[in-house]
Amino acid sequence: MSLIVKARNIVYEYIRRDDDGNVEGIETALDQVDLDVKEGDFVAILGANGSGKSTLAKHINALLKPENGTLLVDGKDTLDDNETLAIRQTAGMVFQNPDNQIIASVVEEDVGFGPENIGIPTDEIWTRVEKSLRSVGMYHYRHHSPNRLSGGQKQRVAIAGVMAMKPKCIILDEPTAMLDPVGRQEVLSAVRELNEKNGITVILITHYMEETVHANRIFVMESGKVIMQGTPREIFSRVEELKEHHLTVPQVTELAWELKKAGLSLPDGILTKEELITALCQLSSTN
Amino acid sequence: MLKDVTLGQYYPAESVIHRLDPRVKLAGTLLYLISLFVFQGPLALVMATVFLILLITLSKVPFSYMVKGLRTIIIILIITAAMNLFFTTGTVIVQFGIFKLTYEGIQMAILMMIRLVYLILGTSLMTLTTTPNQLTDGLEKGLRGLGKLGVPVHEIAMMMSIALRFIPILTEETDKIMKAQKARGADFETGGLIKRAKAMIPLLVPLFVSAFRRANDLAMAMEARCYHGGEGRTKMKPLRYTATDRNAYLLLFAYFAAMILLTLFWTKVLGGGKLFF
Amino acid sequence: MSIIVNELNYIYNPGTAMEVQALRDINLEISDGEFIGIIGHTGSGKSTLIQHLNGLIRATSGGIFYNGADIYDEGYDLRTLRTKVGLVFQYPEHQLFETTVMADVCYGPKNQGLDEKEAMLRAVASLNAVHFPEKHFYDSPFELSGGQKRRVAIAGVLAMNPEVLILDEPTAGLDPQGRDEILEMVSDLRRTQHITVILVSHSMEDVARYVDRLIVMNGGGIMYDDTPQAVFAHYKELEEVGLMAPQVTYVMHALAEAGIPVETGATTVAEAKDEIVRVLC
Repeated sequence: MSLIVKARNIVYEYIRRDDDGNVEGIETALDQVDLDVKEGDFVAILGANGSGKSTLAKHINALLKPENGTLLVDGKDTLDDNETLAIRQTAGMVFQNPDNQIIASVVEEDVGFGPENIGIPTDEIWTRVEKSLRSVGMYHYRHHSPNRLSGGQKQRVAIAGVMAMKPKCIILDEPTAMLDPVGRQEVLSAVRELNEKNGITVILITHYMEETVHANRIFVMESGKVIMQGTPREIFSRVEELKEHHLTVPQVTELAWELKKAGLSLPDGILTKEELITALCQLSSTN
Repeated sequence: MLKDVTLGQYYPAESVIHRLDPRVKLAGTLLYLISLFVFQGPLALVMATVFLILLITLSKVPFSYMVKGLRTIIIILIITAAMNLFFTTGTVIVQFGIFKLTYEGIQMAILMMIRLVYLILGTSLMTLTTTPNQLTDGLEKGLRGLGKLGVPVHEIAMMMSIALRFIPILTEETDKIMKAQKARGADFETGGLIKRAKAMIPLLVPLFVSAFRRANDLAMAMEARCYHGGEGRTKMKPLRYTATDRNAYLLLFAYFAAMILLTLFWTKVLGGGKLFF
Repeated sequence: MSIIVNELNYIYNPGTAMEVQALRDINLEISDGEFIGIIGHTGSGKSTLIQHLNGLIRATSGGIFYNGADIYDEGYDLRTLRTKVGLVFQYPEHQLFETTVMADVCYGPKNQGLDEKEAMLRAVASLNAVHFPEKHFYDSPFELSGGQKRRVAIAGVLAMNPEVLILDEPTAGLDPQGRDEILEMVSDLRRTQHITVILVSHSMEDVARYVDRLIVMNGGGIMYDDTPQAVFAHYKELEEVGLMAPQVTYVMHALAEAGIPVETGATTVAEAKDEIVRVLC
């Protein structure tokens, strides 16, 4: 499997200036970040606000360019301006606020916006729009105004808008932060389906631990650095370390960890309630 | 309260008016507006009324929905009527101080009210049946000639369509901020002009901040979706005239011709004046 | 005796095609010092209900009594009611407008008619109550982090010295640390300032950890109004209306079904741990 994202030592700094343009302070948003994402993977990036995860996401879409180090997206260097459009097609991006990324006043026109920008012929745009709307279960709403949709539906339209560009990879920057639990569920299942059925690489940025349980790989960021990486099971068995970095684990994982601390012999890194129930039942029958 | 603004908001329906090419609707609206203000006499007025009713019926937009949109301009209507009522010279009926109520004033006030109402109904019929994107596509293509003169037609069209998309979002936001400030004891309703103007600051500052934040987000989202200006862009819904559009143009010209004839008939044959009774 | 809601109904756009009954037959009694959670999915009527409690929305029918007085009486001062029943909206940081944190927090007290000095005393007290660092009192509120902005916005409501504090999803959009800090702070406020707190939330886990009484809204009506334990016992019914009990509730019920003799009432990790340890060790 080839690498869709390959970041080596990337550095990015925000420079704050005062009213006269003098440098007031420098904040290092990304500090020597290495990141490998394989094609077809579902990767989650976790971290508190200000840990640099959004900055990293914008780099993969070439909205920001590294000041140091290299970032290859599907083999293309993001520093090469001639590749920018190709990179943005390959690695599409969904943002946090559903209202601020829908451009058109009708759902189908919004999904067609991306293909229009890259000069796809009219007939082909229609085929793509239909296909992408169906893939997120929003085809029925194609004539609706986005203003009348729920948050979860708006985010699915935004995902369809990215899908219409036929990307290999979708980056979602906290797509569920502003949604209610139902909307969150809608968006997550749509994303998981795209990953499983269409083989789209997913990079999900979030601070909800529950959303990362199904990922192949988790990266934890803090102060612009990747501080932990591994499979969900590996990451979630390090509960104490996560807590030190002010990240919470799913309730089930925390319960299992607490029980283990209290002397019950349970396996490490329990992720789902089914796993915990099975483990506890086994324990009770051996007692 | 602010959600009642139906002016300019697309009303989805399947109708022949909805399907018309936006260029036809733009030209039609322009022609209709001219006809309202140029032609004279009761016959032309009846014709303009019939034409408007016909179009509204064809559009399948409920009449009550259209009338609701008028509520927002009621103050303008009253001011216009009052101006005409008291400042038109002619045969005096009653006089209060410097205000003279004249026979011509009453006529003029009624005529202006009708014109304004028709003007609003006519233009909102266009925006109600045309999505902002179609509208701006129509403008973009209709005004393409100006692009050669260095006018950024595509950029202007894109700005307009985005502005229209964000009007309902920002009105809702205004409502929300207003409530939030009221919850902090703000008073938007009482006091003199200066006090009221000052009371608006806690509303306007957050609104501007939010508008800028949204503009920033949107610009980034557009860039992420490969937007790079009008160059090399294709259209999902390209504008192509159909047989219906041609017929609509014919109907428009027929209407315009009829208005000319009715006006001539009124002024030359019946010898009627500028006003209608 | 504090707030009594009697047969409250609210209808949006009455008499039009877009008529929606947002609240139906709401009856509630909220006593002094309670810590109440309100949950329900989007559109269930929770936001509409709380805006009635401080008189921002007027009911179509029914009444609200604050400390015995009918708030719909002619001459009842709704502006004073709004300072007694403080409402912190969702994303309250979007209402900040002043040039300094201090000036912004003073806005509410000044609207109450307090002079500069009194307003500042209130502002300092409430900024301290939300644990906002003193060295940033004169910074621009627009340059703070998301969590800090939210503290300032909450302080802006607190500075009016409300008797009841209503918070509409105060943790929306914050990261886990910010979420816990805000909830801890609210819980502290209730203890130290002796105010009634109503917390609107999407998160069952949060609600289970803090509140004493839980109101579940569905379709504009009250579906349950009980202790969190009693409400979450209906986890199957909650699921049917698009809500979910905390994960531990499911675990406890599944264990009981599998024949392990645990009490199923646990709603927090700590409670669940104690119960499982009691049975299995």
